Amino acid sequence: MSLVVENLTIDHGAIRAIDNVSFTVPSGQLAAVIGANGAGKTTLLRTLSGLKESKSGNATWNGNSILGKRAEDLARTGIMHVSDGKSVIAELSVKENLALAGLWRKDKKDVALATDEVVELFPILGQRMSQTAGSLSGGERQMLAIGRALIARPKLLLLDEPSLGLAPLIIEQIFQTIKALVNKTDLTVLLVEQNAMGALKIADEGIVLNLGTVVAVDSAQSLLNDPAVRAAYLGF
Amino acid sequence: MLTSLSSGAIYALMSIALVLVWRSTRVINFAQAGQAILTTYIGYEAVTRSGSYWVGLICAVISGALLGAGIDRFFMRPIFKRVNSGPIVMIAPVVATLALLGIIQAVIGFIWGLSYQIIEAPISTDGLNIFGSIIAFSPFNLMVLIAVTLSMILLTILFQKTNIGLALRASAYAPEIAKLSGIRVDAVRTLGWALAGAAGGLAGMLYIPGSNLYPNAMDVLLVFGFIAAVIGGLDSLFGAVAGAMILGFAVNFSASYISYKLVFPTAFLILILVLLIKPKGIFSSSKGRKD
Repeated sequence: MSLVVENLTIDHGAIRAIDNVSFTVPSGQLAAVIGANGAGKTTLLRTLSGLKESKSGNATWNGNSILGKRAEDLARTGIMHVSDGKSVIAELSVKENLALAGLWRKDKKDVALATDEVVELFPILGQRMSQTAGSLSGGERQMLAIGRALIARPKLLLLDEPSLGLAPLIIEQIFQTIKALVNKTDLTVLLVEQNAMGALKIADEGIVLNLGTVVAVDSAQSLLNDPAVRAAYLGF
Repeated sequence: MLTSLSSGAIYALMSIALVLVWRSTRVINFAQAGQAILTTYIGYEAVTRSGSYWVGLICAVISGALLGAGIDRFFMRPIFKRVNSGPIVMIAPVVATLALLGIIQAVIGFIWGLSYQIIEAPISTDGLNIFGSIIAFSPFNLMVLIAVTLSMILLTILFQKTNIGLALRASAYAPEIAKLSGIRVDAVRTLGWALAGAAGGLAGMLYIPGSNLYPNAMDVLLVFGFIAAVIGGLDSLFGAVAGAMILGFAVNFSASYISYKLVFPTAFLILILVLLIKPKGIFSSSKGRKD
C-alpha cells in the first residue's frame, strides 16, 4: 500500500519538467513536495492524476500503474487531485460543486454521509451551500475544493499549493485539517507546496525538487533541521 | 406579432442546438444545418411511409440525437485527439464541421434529389379567424410555439434539476475540474451533441411544413440561430432563446412593415451592433467567467 514513483521523466513542451524522479509515499502518510517555482511540482501532480502524459518511468498506487490512465478513471479509483488556483467551478453552487464528486458513486447514502462530514470539517461551507462558488473567499474556495475531493472518499489525495494566496491564519487552518485527516483516516496525501516551512511542519516525509530533479528525500523533521534545505527553501 | 413568436421559437431551437455544442466542445457547429436537414429528410421518409406527421417527428428527433452523438464520437473526438496544439486547434474543428455540412448536403442530394419536397403540417396552417378577422397566426404556429416552449421547459429541468444536467454544466464550465471529480467528460460531451441534434431535428420538422424541403432549406435557420446565439452570448441557453425572440421580432417587423428584402440586412445589422456594443452577448454581466 503505497505510492511508488520510479525514474519518472516528464516533458513540458520542449522543456524537461521532471527528470528521472523517484520516491515512495507509504500508505497513510503525508508527503510534502517542496521546491521553488518552476521546479516541476505541478507537472508532477498533473501526470500522477492523469491530466498529463509522461515521457518515461513508472508510477504505481498499491501496485497498479497509474500512468496513461484517464483522470476521471483515476478519480473513480480513489486518486483525487485538487489542482491549484482554488479549483472550484465558480458558476455552480457550493452544493453542486460538492455533488460533482459523488455523481458517479453508487453508494448514495455514503455520499450524503461524506457531505455531512465535509460540512463538519469546514462549517463555513454549510452556511454557503446555495451560494455560487464564485462568491466565496479564497480560503473558502480552497476548503470547497478539498471538500469536493473528500466526497469521493479518496485513498490518495494530490494537493497542489493549497496555501497559494491565502492569509496565514487560513493556511494554518487548512494545513491542520489536512494533517488531522491523515492522522484519523487511512488517507495518503501528496502535498505540493512553495510554502516549504508550513508543508514540512505537517508532513511525515519531504521531497525536495529543484529544476525537475529530486535533490533530497528525508523525513520532514530532518529536512527542517538540514542547514542546506533551510538556506535554500526555508529562508533562514 | 404572433408569427414573430413562432418563427423566433424555431430560431431558438437552432440557437440552442448551437449553444449546446459550443458549451460542450467550444466549436461553432456549422454542420448543424446539415444534421437538422438530414434528420428532417428522415422524418419526411417516415411521414411518407407511415402517413403520420407524428411518427415522422419522433423519427426526426431520435435520428437527430443519434446522428449528433455519432458525429461527436466518430468524427469530432478523433479530430480533437489528433489536432491538439498550435493555431490549427482553433480552426480545424470548425472547418471540419463546414466540410461535414457540405458532405451531408451532397449525400442528401444523392439520395433524395435536389427538388422541393413537402411535409404536410398535421394541423391547419391557415390563419386563425378571430372575431371575423383573419390573422397571420395559424393553429400550426401555435403548435410550434407550444412544442418549443415544452422543449425549453424539459431542457431547463434536465440542466437544473438532474444529475446529468449537473454533469453537463460542470463539463461545460470547467472540463478539467469535472474530470478530476470523476466525471466522464467525453461521454457528457457526446450527450450535449445528441441533445443538440435532437433540437435540430425538431426545428426541421417544425419549420419545413411552412416552407419546402430541399438540401439547403435549413441554411437560413443556421444563420439566424447563430446570430441569436451570439446575441445571447453563445454560452447561455436562456440567452439563446431571448436572442432568438429578439431576432424573430426584428426580422418579422422589418419584413412586414418595410420590405421582405430587409430580412437578412436586419439580422446582420443586429449581429454587428451586438458585437460592437456587447460582444459577450446582451445578457453577459461585467463579471468574468472564471478567475
